[in-house]
Amino acid sequence: MRMKLNYRIVILAIATIFGVFFSAPSLLQLQDGKKITLGLDLQGGLHMLLGVKTEEATASRIKSIAASIKNFTEKKDILLGNLDFDDSSVSFTLLDADDAKHIQEFLKKVEGMTVSANGENFSLTLTEEEKIKTQKQSIDQAIETIRNRLDQFGLSEPTVARQGNEAILVELAGIKTVEEEQRARELISRAAKLELMAVDEDRAARVNTMSAADATSYGDVILEDVKNPQMKYLVHSIPILDGGMLTNASMGFDQNNRPLINFTLNAEGAEIFGDFTGRSVGKRLAVVLDGKVYSAPNINERIGGGSGQISGSYTVEEAKDLAIALRSGSLLVPIYVMEKRSVGPSLGADSIRASLLALVSGFVLVILFMIFYYGLAGVIATFAVVVNLFIILAMISLLGATLTLPGMAGIVLHIGLAVDANIIINERIREGLRAGVPVSRAIAEGYQKAMRAILDSNITQILACTILYAYGTGAIKGFAVTLSMGILASMLTAIVGTYGIYQFYMSRIEKDKNYTLWFGMTRKGA
Amino acid sequence: MELFKEDKVYNFLGKGKIFFVASFVLFFLAIAIVAIKGFSFGIDFTGGTVVQVKYTQDAPIDKIRESLKKSELFEHASVSEFGSSQEVVIKTPSSTVALGHDIGDTTKEILKGTGDFEIRRVDMVGPKVGDELRVKGLSAFFLTLLAIMATVTFRYEWRFALAAIIAIVHDIVITFGFVAYFEVDFNIESIAALLMILGYSIHDTIIVYDRVREHIEESKETDFVMIINEAVSRTQSRTTLTSLTVFFVVLTLFVFGGDIMLGFSFPMLIGVIVGTYSSIFVAAQLVVWTGFSVADYRQRMAEKVKNRAEKEKMRAQYESGVM
Repeated sequence: MRMKLNYRIVILAIATIFGVFFSAPSLLQLQDGKKITLGLDLQGGLHMLLGVKTEEATASRIKSIAASIKNFTEKKDILLGNLDFDDSSVSFTLLDADDAKHIQEFLKKVEGMTVSANGENFSLTLTEEEKIKTQKQSIDQAIETIRNRLDQFGLSEPTVARQGNEAILVELAGIKTVEEEQRARELISRAAKLELMAVDEDRAARVNTMSAADATSYGDVILEDVKNPQMKYLVHSIPILDGGMLTNASMGFDQNNRPLINFTLNAEGAEIFGDFTGRSVGKRLAVVLDGKVYSAPNINERIGGGSGQISGSYTVEEAKDLAIALRSGSLLVPIYVMEKRSVGPSLGADSIRASLLALVSGFVLVILFMIFYYGLAGVIATFAVVVNLFIILAMISLLGATLTLPGMAGIVLHIGLAVDANIIINERIREGLRAGVPVSRAIAEGYQKAMRAILDSNITQILACTILYAYGTGAIKGFAVTLSMGILASMLTAIVGTYGIYQFYMSRIEKDKNYTLWFGMTRKGA
Repeated sequence: MELFKEDKVYNFLGKGKIFFVASFVLFFLAIAIVAIKGFSFGIDFTGGTVVQVKYTQDAPIDKIRESLKKSELFEHASVSEFGSSQEVVIKTPSSTVALGHDIGDTTKEILKGTGDFEIRRVDMVGPKVGDELRVKGLSAFFLTLLAIMATVTFRYEWRFALAAIIAIVHDIVITFGFVAYFEVDFNIESIAALLMILGYSIHDTIIVYDRVREHIEESKETDFVMIINEAVSRTQSRTTLTSLTVFFVVLTLFVFGGDIMLGFSFPMLIGVIVGTYSSIFVAAQLVVWTGFSVADYRQRMAEKVKNRAEKEKMRAQYESGVM
C-alpha cells in the first residue's frame, strides 16, 4: 500500500507540531516557555475602573501658585494687604505700590495664568488651555503614582492604564484574601498629601470657639488631630511647603521603638524649610497629612538639612504603606471607583473546572457523533478539531492574550462550529459519491465546492469578531480573540489539513471502495 | 449513517405560509413580552453591586436578609441561592465610590455572625459605566449588521442581504423574548451571546444562499421557488448536523457552566434553535418575497462574463498590435 506525501499533509504536520509545541508549556505547566495568562475571572484578582476628579486638579494648582507668591513676597519683604484664592483665580493687593515692579517680574515666570493688574490690585486667572493641560496631567500623574505604589507593594505585574478620557484601569492578579485586597485599595486611594503648615500662634488660643468662616477670614484653616478629633489646630491655609518637594520617605522607629516615617526634602524644599524655621523660632509647625495634623512640634532653632519625621501610632504595616505612598508621590486629585470586580481564587478555580468540564463533555459528544455519523471521515474531522484546539492555545500563549471565562466559552462554542467545515465538505463528498463520481474526483470537487461557502461565512464571522473586539470590554475582547483564532485555525485544519489526509490515503480509499467505513454512508458506492 | 435522503427535494416553500405565520406570531409575541416584562438587566447595565458569598454550611438566607436591613445600602437588596445551597448572591442597586472602604467591606462587616463564610466575588458598577456599555453594545450590534449587509451584498445580491438581515433580526428578537420571559439576567455576556447568535445565524444562512447561488449558476431551472427548495433540501443534512453539534456544546455550557455563565449560555441555547429554524424556513423564503428574479440575475451574470470576455479580447487585440 503506497501512501502519498503531499504539501497539504506537510502543512498539517507543521501546524500540529506548532500547536503541540507552543501549547505544551501551558498544558503541562512547564517551567520554560510562554504560558497562557489567565484572566482575573479565572485566577482570581481585582479589576477596577477608577475615575479622576480632574476639577480638583485646577484647584490645587491655584493653591500652589498662591503658596509660591507668599514665599516670594516673604523672602523679598514685600508686604501684601491680602492674598485670596478660589477654584480658578488668585488675587492680592500690594501695600506699597513701589513693589509692583518686583512682583510683575515674578509673575512673568508663572505660566498659564492671565495676569491683570489694577494699581495695587493683582489678579491671576487660569487660562482655559492651562486648565485642560492641568487636568490631563493630573490623570497622567495619578496613573504614574498608582503604578509606583503598586510596584512597591510587591504584587506581580499590576496593570495600570488609562481607559478612555477620564478613567484609569487597575488590574491586580494574585490577590489571595479580602484583607489583602482592601489593603491594596487603601494604598491606591491614599492621597498621601503631606503639607507642612505654620500654626497661627496669634489666634491659636481661640481655636475651639472659632467658626470655619472666621478662620477663613484670617487666612487660616482649622484642622483636626489625627488621633483625637476633639483636638483642633489653627494653621495658615497656605502651606509652607508640600509633599511635591519630598525626595524620600521610609519607615523608621522612634526611641520607644514605635514605627514612624522619616522624610527628606529636596534642595529647594530644604531652603524654604530652613528659612521658615529660622524665622519662626518659638512657634509651632504642623505636620499635616491628608488634611489631618499628625504632630505639631515647637520650633526650637533653625532646621537645616531638610529632613523630618512624621510620628503617629501606626502599626508597622501601616507605616510601611504610608511611606510607600509618600515616596511614590501624592495623588494630586481624588480618585473614585467607577467599577470594581473582585474574584476570589477559589471561585476562579471553580470557573476553570466548570468550563473545562463543559469543554471536555462537549468535545466528547461532538466526537462520538461525528464518528458515528461519518465513520473514518469523522475520525479525520476529530483529528482536525484537536489540532485546531492546540493551535488556539498555542496562539493565545504566543500572542500573550489573556484567557478569560468568556474566552473559555468561546473555545467551547468553537468546537461546535469547527466541525461545521468538515460537515459541509463530507456532505459534498457523499453527494458526489452518490452521483457515481469516482472517489478522488468526489473528494476534489467536494473540497472545491465547499470552499466557497466556508470562506463566505467565515469572513462574515471574523468581521463580527473584529467589531466585538473593538467595542467590547476586557472579558468580551477575550471571547472575540479566542473565537477568531479558532476560525482562522479551522480554515487551515479543515480545508487544507483534512484534504491532505484524504490525498495521503487516496490509493487505499480507491482500492477498498468501502464508503461505509470511510464516509459513513449507508449504501455502498458504485 | 445518513439522516436525510439527499436526492429528495422537500417542498419547504409549499408550507411557506405556515412558517410565516409561526414566525410572525413568535416575533411579535417576543416583542410584547419584552415590552411588558422588560429585561432584568444585570448590574453591568444598571449599576449596583453583586456580592457572592459561600458558607461552609447551608447559607442562612433569612438571617442574611435580617442582617442586611441594618444598612441603607441594602435597602433594595435581594438575596438568592446561587448554584448550591451553601452559596448566595446578594444584589443591590447601590454602589459606593470610595476606594478604601467599599460596599464589599461593608457586606463583610454586616454578615459577621451569620456563620462561617468566604466572600468569593464582589462586582460593583457605577451608574455611568452602565450607560456607556449600553451605547457601546448597541453600536456594536448595528455596526455588525451593516458589515454583514455589505459583505452579503458584495458576494451575492442586495435582496439576499436584506433577507439575511430580516432573518437575523427575527432570530435575535425571538431569542431575547425568551430571555425576558424567563427573567434571565441581561449582562455583558448576553451582548456577546447576541453577537454570537448574529454570527451563527448569518453563517447558517450563507451556507443555504451559497447553494441557491450555485443552482442559479449551474442549473437550467427558472422557477426560483424550485431552486430554493432544492438548495434547502440539499443543505438540510448539513444544517441539521452542525446545529446538533453546536447545540451539544452550548447545552454542556448551559449545564456545566453554572449560574455565572447563564447570561451567555441561555440566549445561545435558544439562539441556536431559532437560528437553525430560520435558515431552513425563513431566510431563503424571504428572498422570494423581495422580488428576486432568476432570469435577471442570470442575464447580469451573462453580461459580466461577456464584458470580461470583451475586455480580454480588446487587450489581446491591443497586445498583438491590431488597434
